[in-house]
Amino acid sequence: MSAATPLLRVDRLTMRFGGLLAIDDLSLDVAARQITGVIGPNGAGKTTFFNCLTGFYKPTIGSVRMHHPRHGVLRLEELASHQVARRAQVVRTFQNIRLFPQMTVLENLIVAQHNALQHASRFSLAGLFGLPGYRRAEAAAMGKAIGWLTRLGLIDKADTPAGALPYGMQRRIEIARALCVDPLLLCLDEPAAGLNPRESAELNELLKRLSRDDGIAILLIEHDMSVVMNVSDHICVLNYGRKIAEGPPLAIQRDPNVIKAYLGEEDADEQLPPETTP
Amino acid sequence: MATLVLATRQESAAARLKDAATVAVVALLLGIPMIGLTTVDQGGALRVATRWPALAAFVAACFCGRLLLRYVIDRLRQRRRTREHADTATPNENTAANPWLNRLGWGALAFALLLPVAFSDNRYVVDTATTVLIYVMLGWGLNVVVGLAGLLDLGYVAFYAVGAYTYALLSTQFGWGFWQALPVAGGVTASFGILLGWPTLRLRGDYLAIVTLGFGEIIRIVLVNWTEMSGGPNGITSIPRPSFFGLPFKPPGDAPTFAAAFGLEFSPSHRVIFLYYLILLLALLTNLFVSRMRQLPIGRAWEAMREDEIACKAMGINARNVKLSAFAIGAMLGGFAGVFFAARQGFISPESFTFNESAIILAIVVLGGMGSQLGVVLASLVLVLLPELGRDFAEYRMLLFGAAMILIMIWKPGGILAHREPTLRYLSGSAAR
Repeated sequence: MSAATPLLRVDRLTMRFGGLLAIDDLSLDVAARQITGVIGPNGAGKTTFFNCLTGFYKPTIGSVRMHHPRHGVLRLEELASHQVARRAQVVRTFQNIRLFPQMTVLENLIVAQHNALQHASRFSLAGLFGLPGYRRAEAAAMGKAIGWLTRLGLIDKADTPAGALPYGMQRRIEIARALCVDPLLLCLDEPAAGLNPRESAELNELLKRLSRDDGIAILLIEHDMSVVMNVSDHICVLNYGRKIAEGPPLAIQRDPNVIKAYLGEEDADEQLPPETTP
Repeated sequence: MATLVLATRQESAAARLKDAATVAVVALLLGIPMIGLTTVDQGGALRVATRWPALAAFVAACFCGRLLLRYVIDRLRQRRRTREHADTATPNENTAANPWLNRLGWGALAFALLLPVAFSDNRYVVDTATTVLIYVMLGWGLNVVVGLAGLLDLGYVAFYAVGAYTYALLSTQFGWGFWQALPVAGGVTASFGILLGWPTLRLRGDYLAIVTLGFGEIIRIVLVNWTEMSGGPNGITSIPRPSFFGLPFKPPGDAPTFAAAFGLEFSPSHRVIFLYYLILLLALLTNLFVSRMRQLPIGRAWEAMREDEIACKAMGINARNVKLSAFAIGAMLGGFAGVFFAARQGFISPESFTFNESAIILAIVVLGGMGSQLGVVLASLVLVLLPELGRDFAEYRMLLFGAAMILIMIWKPGGILAHREPTLRYLSGSAAR
């Protein structure tokens, strides 16, 4: 894919809930094999943006075009949420972790490969009789799950119910599970929330490797600036549903609009002496 | 007052003594006007008399009783805490308990196989065991919908009824045999499952329960009122009984019969025993089918749907198909049980398919432990045998029944067997068969 065509092009996206304008005329390009950060104060519309991308909300206006290597251009806003993951291979995680808590970590990752396995099980008949085709598919699914678990350092916990594990680990499991869907674009909703500094550093490493080595594009919502500024190739800043800035991390850090959105106007926040704002 | 103090936690002996002393003081204050002072009629005039020894005894009793109560409560609490601690400390303890459960399962199977032999002269026992097995089968069917897929279905008896009426109509109107009608009835009930599932796809929890409850009633009311089709409240009579591969269970006559073919003396108990083994076979097939389905992608998707529907969608799972398949397969299994029921009774009417039945089947699943196959067996035993055993004190049957359910829920809030066995393991190498 040439650098000119982005993997995902969001065009004039608007999401209105009654009188509330959650996303206002947002346009954004997400490049393949890169990490795009989406930041903004609480309530800026970041998660709503994710919900629009992944079919959980139908945007009021606007389009989301995905340049899929095999299926051509897909209009994500017209797909149902499961089709977004299945056909377009845009997979998301959730701000409040959504694992299958009573199932083991391994089962969580196998469920993520449901479509391939269900296809191999031929309406469950091949599966019921344990035919070789299905057994091969199951072994392949196990292999993929075990591969990701090993890479993310979770293999010791493979047989533990996911809900019984500590928070930071659950975050990683959710990412591992999303990776089992073979994403082209991975949408991570605050993956560093609740992680300690060491875990955040590990997450940085993981995200960089995923985009550089595995060629997965990542769209990242994050409040932890040590993560966003470190890993992002490109950052988009939202405030009250509008895009107020866009660019590489260094430029964003200096952008007066961003500083104003985060820290408020000078008169609104007396604690900040003017000289700290470069 | 007592409950107020109960809520706080006292551990040491000194704390317990202090607590008991508080209770004693309160008892003293209350006791002075109520026990310590009394009025005596002395020649027309009322005099106040004192009863200090009685009051002292009362206060002492309160003190000692409180001390004892506190002690017992603390001991129970401590025991529970050590048990919980042991549970969290060794997460593998559950897997260690499995061989024992397995043995219990095999033991139950052996017992089930030998039961008609041991009680061949006791028709009542075999009949009751057949009823238990019908409920086991229904429980396993509903377990797919409620236990695995997490869709609360209060109208499950509708599928039981559809299966029973399908067989009754096919056999009385078109002369179909049991084995011919069985798959057709399964197909019909599965379509009814989809019929119920389709409009309720967006509903969850309580709302779904209400709609399924209504569905169950609709089916029953249609059966009562559509007299031309179902015979209305009179039901359908003289439904052919299943035969042993074409050999009927009849007194010797012109046509070959089961007894004649095997050179046995004719006995009506042959059919009872045959029916017992028939439902045992159907139930075992159901069990095999459901436990296998659980280990397939569709079964894991059912469980994932129960855990988190939104996460399922984000993983690319089509929630609609998963839910409909759970409804269809659960309904189909209920339909099979219905076919057997009609064939066994020889007579069916809407009376047999009231909400009460749905409630009992649901209770079996919930008491057994959602998703647990063996738990369903134990719960059916309890729920079918308790009313049977309670026949001698007819009026107290339901009381006994209710008390047993409450006790199970207190001791085992997750059901008799709440443990969930993973469908595949990493450590055992590859997928569990």
